[in-house]
Amino acid sequence: MLTDTAQRRTLIVNGEPTETDAATVAALVASLGFAETQVATALNGDFVARAKRAATQLGDGDRVEIVAPRQGG
Amino acid sequence: MNIHQPEQATAKPLRFYGEEMPSRLLIGTARFPSPHVLSLSVKASRAAIVTVSLRREMARADTGQRFFELIKELGVRVLPNTAGCRTPKEAIATAQMAREIFGTDWVKLEVIGNDDTLQPDLFGLVEAAAALTKDGFKVFPYTTEDLVAADRLMAAGCEVLMPWGAPIGTGRGLANRYALRSMREYFPDVPLVIDAGIGAPSHAAEAMEMGFDAVLLNTAIATAIDPVRMAQAFADAIDAGRLAFEAGLMQARDMAAPSTPVAGTPFFDLDKNR
Repeated sequence: MLTDTAQRRTLIVNGEPTETDAATVAALVASLGFAETQVATALNGDFVARAKRAATQLGDGDRVEIVAPRQGG
Repeated sequence: MNIHQPEQATAKPLRFYGEEMPSRLLIGTARFPSPHVLSLSVKASRAAIVTVSLRREMARADTGQRFFELIKELGVRVLPNTAGCRTPKEAIATAQMAREIFGTDWVKLEVIGNDDTLQPDLFGLVEAAAALTKDGFKVFPYTTEDLVAADRLMAAGCEVLMPWGAPIGTGRGLANRYALRSMREYFPDVPLVIDAGIGAPSHAAEAMEMGFDAVLLNTAIATAIDPVRMAQAFADAIDAGRLAFEAGLMQARDMAAPSTPVAGTPFFDLDKNR
């Protein structure tokens, strides 16, 4: 009964509506193909530290930011 | 230009949050024509600190880490910014993400209040600075010349202030000399970095001659026809301006004063009797 646990959610990831099975921020980061240390994350506007990603649950409509280093002034 | 003040005319090392800085030029890493030119320009600038940012990463892309590796190879310190943030909440979350990914508690705090002028929202800036300081950050606030805001930033825990020269990207130099001079006099012992609006090496030299501690710029170097040579021009201008400040500039006057001695001028008496 895989469908019981693998619940589909619709999130807003980096501004884009995204369907995912990921239940946590850590799972989402992994499912998008990012290495753990490659990105930093925020959920609904609040920072989610790397160590807390696995324990941070995702629900429908959550807004997730996944960011990486970039040139800046 | 500053009035000659002998007590200021001394070589004092620049310190940010207790750490001595070998260079008075901080440069931004954006808008360079290529990573290679960025790298050469940073070297030519002799900067010890470069600003960096965070942006949304595309799935499976590795753009961010490749850029960060390039910066690490340069052996400079990074100062992550919160560019584009419009509220304290956004700026705080961005700073926290930057601390984790760049491994530094330094942050160039920007809370933008107006999209056209990109001027800081001083109220949001003070609020975010206080929260970040409490959270262990060393905050470098991008601010205006406003002395009350500066006082509040200091009270919030900032040990460095970064007033704008002119709005970001305008290249207009020091738009409000009077206010900047007041700020320098009001905060003689606080490291003050002119951040933004610098368009030419002469602007940077002027800021240094006025006694500002350092200059942060990006566009003027990155968008030059030859960014590497422009980086060197800025490095030399900043060294010259600082040296001039330390040496003590003469005071400007309204009437001419001969530099060659008047006494003993040949034909002097003839001229007078004519």
